Amino acid sequence: MRPIRVLVAKPGLDGHDRGAKVVAAALRDAGMEVIYTGLHQTPEMIATAAIQEDVDVVGLSILSGAHMTLIPRVLDLLRADGRDDILVTGGGIIPREDMDALEARGTGRLFGPGTPTSELVDYIHDWFEARESQTA
Amino acid sequence: MTTAEMLELDRLREEVAQWRARFDAAKKRNALFANSGDVVDPVYTALDIAGDGSALELPGEYPFTRGIHSTGYRGKLWTMRQFAGFGTAPETNARYKYLLSHGQTGLSVAFDFPTLMGYDSDHPRSEGEVGKCGVAISSLADMETLFEGIPLDKVSTSMTINGPAVILFAFYVAAAEKQGVDIKELRGTIQNDILKEYMAQHAWVYPIEPALRLIVDNFAWSAEHVPLWNTISISGYHIREAGATAAQELAFTLADGFTYVERGLARGLDVDDFAPRLSFFWDIHNDFFEEIAKLRAARRIWARHLKERFGAKDPRSLIMRFHSQTAGVTLTAQQPMNNVVRVAYQAMAAVLGGTQSLHTNSMDETLALPTEQAVQVALRTQQVLAYETGVPNVADPLGGSYYVEALTDKLEQEAEALFEQIAEVGGVVHGLETGWLQRKIAESSSRQQWEIEQHRRTIVGVNEFVTEEGELTIPLLKVSEAAEREQRARMAQMRAARDNALVESRLTALREASRTDTNLMPFILDCARAYCTLYEIRAAMEEVFGAYREPVFF
Repeated sequence: MRPIRVLVAKPGLDGHDRGAKVVAAALRDAGMEVIYTGLHQTPEMIATAAIQEDVDVVGLSILSGAHMTLIPRVLDLLRADGRDDILVTGGGIIPREDMDALEARGTGRLFGPGTPTSELVDYIHDWFEARESQTA
Repeated sequence: MTTAEMLELDRLREEVAQWRARFDAAKKRNALFANSGDVVDPVYTALDIAGDGSALELPGEYPFTRGIHSTGYRGKLWTMRQFAGFGTAPETNARYKYLLSHGQTGLSVAFDFPTLMGYDSDHPRSEGEVGKCGVAISSLADMETLFEGIPLDKVSTSMTINGPAVILFAFYVAAAEKQGVDIKELRGTIQNDILKEYMAQHAWVYPIEPALRLIVDNFAWSAEHVPLWNTISISGYHIREAGATAAQELAFTLADGFTYVERGLARGLDVDDFAPRLSFFWDIHNDFFEEIAKLRAARRIWARHLKERFGAKDPRSLIMRFHSQTAGVTLTAQQPMNNVVRVAYQAMAAVLGGTQSLHTNSMDETLALPTEQAVQVALRTQQVLAYETGVPNVADPLGGSYYVEALTDKLEQEAEALFEQIAEVGGVVHGLETGWLQRKIAESSSRQQWEIEQHRRTIVGVNEFVTEEGELTIPLLKVSEAAEREQRARMAQMRAARDNALVESRLTALREASRTDTNLMPFILDCARAYCTLYEIRAAMEEVFGAYREPVFF
């Protein structure tokens, strides 16, 4: 199986990249091809990078409270480009009810503080296998 | 040393060796927690400290290991300063009045991300972020509202702002002028520590060199006009939160401090004219004794370097005054009530380490901005510590403890070793440009994550003592979505009401001054007085200075 390609992205203005970097390194160590955007990205920059880099997964890290604005916009931009096959997942400081609303809107699972990185790795692997078996 | 003393030491060595043999033979627990990954000895004795301990100075004496005041906390308790801000200026103004009426003794402004990055609330990049993580302040008008009914000569105010710090500071000074306050009376602090932004917190605007120029401009201007104002709060907090160990936090922060001193001296300022207004900010993590030792070591290192390396003569240049905050990164989303206990221990460490002011985190901060009830528990935690425990009665009560003294010495040595490494990579500025400092922090952060996942580091409620229920059992604050709308409306009103020709001429004057070596503070203050907005002022200088680009890696 080819390696899973993941874009780890920091939308918005918050500068907390500890989590994004730890997750990016953990996914790379688990054999995925990981691209990290750096800080302060707009949804447009993230969607463009995801399409140009032809990734399977976009992982959004957001701790600023702007998740209800920025995450749906990334989803919409990918959909507008016909790329709803890309998994949009992520995490940060996001209250449970907001996570539920975002997942209902079409994101994959969202993760909160204290999540072991192994859980993210397993989740992405399982999602990828399910997608590949559908398209095969 | 006399013969008798040497014999006494030999006897102690022999005793410790026998004790150690018994210890090694005994059955022990496997789990041993040491925050920075170092193994600590099972017991400390006179053999572990330099000399016989009688050289230890008294509190208030150089090099201030035991505190900066001879009176400890008997003269004055620490300032209880809760960091707060959300939504719009009127909402935050109400929270400040609430905190002051509950016995808080200083204010601390949390700005939203657009403000931290120098964007106005009505800038496209601000969408979705206005008022979310702090209060939105886009001009003097917002600053006036924020402190309405709070006389600025009667409170001390700390402002966590860095990239555009001088602009927000100019809003504050102009707001004080509008209140009719003599600005010489203003007391407080702007964080204004740009080096740790590049290193860890990442709310930057300009490239490193022009950013440092603005900081030194502010040192020079403030020494003359607002002599009681702390022009910078050199911060380890964010470096530690980003993953650094205690020794790295200590060394990188002090190295930043030395860099600011060097820049001030290079400008031709006298060290004793600006060093007394430099203050510090530390993160108080879980390892109780290590944190206390870190604070003691920090004071000693600063005093020694300022005196011996930079030739400071004024005793006020040598003393390190600092704010502390309990470590946000130690709080857990799981079983959030447990955070109250973590915060209480950390607060006690900060006080035993001799902090001048303290913020205690609220139990719900891994989930959202804190509710009023959660903030009240956090404030009450400090009040219990101050008034019920007896801890503040004695200055440096752990001074002379073999363990604490040995840890203090060890952290000082580790910091000195890290200073040498920083010098080898070309100093702080070069270490930032190449990403050396950022990588050191990221490596420590990855190691800590690995330790947690391997159960080598216990986090109660997260990787041990887990309960299935209880993920979310406390109420959370919702920042109203109306804040952004209201703030945009207020800005439109303000833009329509101001003298736009004056705005243009003040911005032009600032832009032109930015091309010269002149001190920019008076120009920025003139812009603030004319109701130029945060982003307008930011952009005027950005045309000349350019923007910072981070080295991206993971």
